[in-house]
Amino acid sequence: MSSQGNIQPAKLVLLGDMGAGKSSLVLRFVKGQFTDYQESTIGAAFLTKTVPEFKVKFEIWDTAGQERYHSLAPMYYRGAAAAIIVYDITSTESFNRAKNWVRELQRQGNPDLIVALAGNKADLAGQRAVEPSEAQGYADENGLYFIETSAKTSVNVGDLFNEIAKRLPKPKQVAKAPGSGNVVLTRDAPAKKKQQCC
Amino acid sequence: MDEEYDAIVLGTGLKECIISGLLSVAGMKVLHMDRNSYYGGESASLSLDQLWSKFRAGEEPPKSLGRGNDYNVDLVPKFIMADGKLIKVLIHTDVVKYLEFKACDGSYVYKQGKIHKVPASDMEALKSPLMSFFEKRRARNFFIYVQDYEEKDPRTHKGRDLNRMSMRQLFAEFSLGDDTMDFIGHAIALYKDDSYLDQAALSTVRKIKLYNDSLYRFAGTKTPYIYPLYGLGELPQSFARLSAVYGGTYMLNKPDCEVVYNDRGEACGVKSEGEVAKCKFVVGDPSYFPGKSKVVGKVARAICIMDHPIPGTVDAHSVQIVIPQKQVGRRSDIYVFCSSYAHNIAAKGKYIAFVSTTVETSVPSQELEPGLALLGPIEHKFIHVADYECPLADGKEDKCFISRGYDAFTHFESTVDDILEMYTRITGKDLDLDNLSLNQTIEG
Ligand SMILES: Cc1cc2nc3c(=O)[nH]c(=O)nc-3n(C[C@H](O)[C@H](O)[C@H](O)COP(=O)(O)OP(=O)(O)OC[C@H]3O[C@@H](n4cnc5c(N)ncnc54)[C@H](O)[C@@H]3O)c2cc1C
Ligand SMILES: Nc1nc2c(ncn2[C@@H]2O[C@H](COP(=O)(O)OP(=O)(O)O)[C@@H](O)[C@H]2O)c(=O)[nH]1
Ligand SMILES: [Mg+2]
Repeated sequence: MSSQGNIQPAKLVLLGDMGAGKSSLVLRFVKGQFTDYQESTIGAAFLTKTVPEFKVKFEIWDTAGQERYHSLAPMYYRGAAAAIIVYDITSTESFNRAKNWVRELQRQGNPDLIVALAGNKADLAGQRAVEPSEAQGYADENGLYFIETSAKTSVNVGDLFNEIAKRLPKPKQVAKAPGSGNVVLTRDAPAKKKQQCC
Repeated sequence: MDEEYDAIVLGTGLKECIISGLLSVAGMKVLHMDRNSYYGGESASLSLDQLWSKFRAGEEPPKSLGRGNDYNVDLVPKFIMADGKLIKVLIHTDVVKYLEFKACDGSYVYKQGKIHKVPASDMEALKSPLMSFFEKRRARNFFIYVQDYEEKDPRTHKGRDLNRMSMRQLFAEFSLGDDTMDFIGHAIALYKDDSYLDQAALSTVRKIKLYNDSLYRFAGTKTPYIYPLYGLGELPQSFARLSAVYGGTYMLNKPDCEVVYNDRGEACGVKSEGEVAKCKFVVGDPSYFPGKSKVVGKVARAICIMDHPIPGTVDAHSVQIVIPQKQVGRRSDIYVFCSSYAHNIAAKGKYIAFVSTTVETSVPSQELEPGLALLGPIEHKFIHVADYECPLADGKEDKCFISRGYDAFTHFESTVDDILEMYTRITGKDLDLDNLSLNQTIEG
């Protein structure tokens, strides 16, 4: 649909332990906001933001809490161009869980998926439990882009998303799929009603 | 888990997921569990590995079929009416943004050993070999009457009371022949048997109008049907996400989950792995409530993997064929449904065809033969027969709100009716779809 020069939509999914700061990172990136008592935002787990420099419109899927008991649906990963796996630098446990998410993603087997590892809450350096060198080493072994971020102070948040935008493959001229085209369902009234059936 | 909820929903079939979503949206605290490790229950779309482990346990899917994960094979195949109630629910809950749809390419009806396009326009009707020259003109008059008919505008009724007149009488007023009645009743109004003929004409007129409105819902589509990319299994997942977005808690892989009753026999919680989650009521599919449903029918289905489209469908990638009961000497219709890699439900070059019908004899697989005969060569075929269960009670006494089972015979219109009805039983309120308007997006 979108040709060269147009803004390309890119689905981006967040993964990681509950409390690592996924929702906070996205809200910081999309709205420039942060609250210390980030209530899970009821009714909103789909966020969009355009990065004009890279002609990308991120369509960001937050987990909606379904990471808690590991009940994210395959639909969540489907068609994703990028994934950010978030851990909390003050929690070794959350780093270990991040590694599980990486394995989970590798099992989905999409070689084109761009995967970033974000060590969040970098502002809490005093309570650090995971050394950046350790995370960097792990990221290198697994072909991930690694960066430490803080949703609170906004350090590196822009860089994280920009780097992903930069790495997204340039839109390919895709061959027309067989069969009918997609239909777009909107709230608008039906396109047109023809008077007679036959 | 040791928490208290308003509702616990058991099973992640389409109905349960929609109910769960609607209850969460209404502000209830919902816990949703499934005994399986995947979403969808009977309405899941299966990968090749899952398909083989269900029907050919111990065997491996052949390598020639390509990547197993490229397959998303429905157990209960259905198309969606483009202007039907499910679409309304999808749009008003904003769930539609998680899904992609494509139109179905062809709608056919079987007559005397051959399949014919269901005429989709005046031009097609005039060319259609389904009717004789004079019959076409009579049929055209009938369609004009139906299209002009507005329930609220008595002038369009032309002196006919469709609440009192039977459909048989209405057809007779237009002098339509048996074959025309057959294709209108079964391929347009989508009735599975002929009992509609002796019921009030209004409901059939509504169904014909739904077909027509669906046909023209989107520009350029050739049938009233649409179907999601990756199969129907995407639907429960997307409603589960809606529920989660509105605070619902999800737990899969709870094989031992079991309803707990108080001494008055009311459901008051669900037990799993030694813990009990309390609740005010439980919602679920019949399999979670042993002894509370009864089998009311059986559906036979064949799932066929092929490397070609159905012959005579102009190479359609997705198609529905209705075989009206009378054409093959039965009491219920046979349905053929085919979809392909174009809808991302099979590996490149592969097609999945389904043949299904109500079981009438003790040899269900034979009953599918007239449908199977239309398919051409079949690479792999799986036949299964499923019970259709209905709850024995409405749930008000025992606080168990049980959905009707996953049966092929309730298509999406009646699926949504069952859901809306359950919603009303549970909450005491009607859900006004037109006034529901959610927006789940935050834009930066
Ligand atoms: C694509 C398709 C696949 C089908 N597959 C099977 C099957 O595998 N096994 C089987 O036994 N029967 C199947 N049917 C038939 C269908 O489920 C009903 O048996 C038939 O519509 C009559 O049902 P009813 O008498 O209960 O009518 P009602 O419950 O009163 O409802 C019929 C209404 O639903 C609409 N409708 C019908 N089918 C659909 C649909 N798929 N999506 C949305 N709206 C619909 C009709 O236009 C009509 O207005 C299928 C129908 C369709 C269109
Ligand atoms: N100090 C600090 N706290 C953060 C940061 N990011 C998130 N938090 C807090 O961590 C908690 C969990 O964040 P949330 O975004 O809900 O995590 P999620 O469960 O991964 O979505 C909240 O109390 C946030 O305020 C950060 O960068 N620094
Ligand atoms: Mg969150």
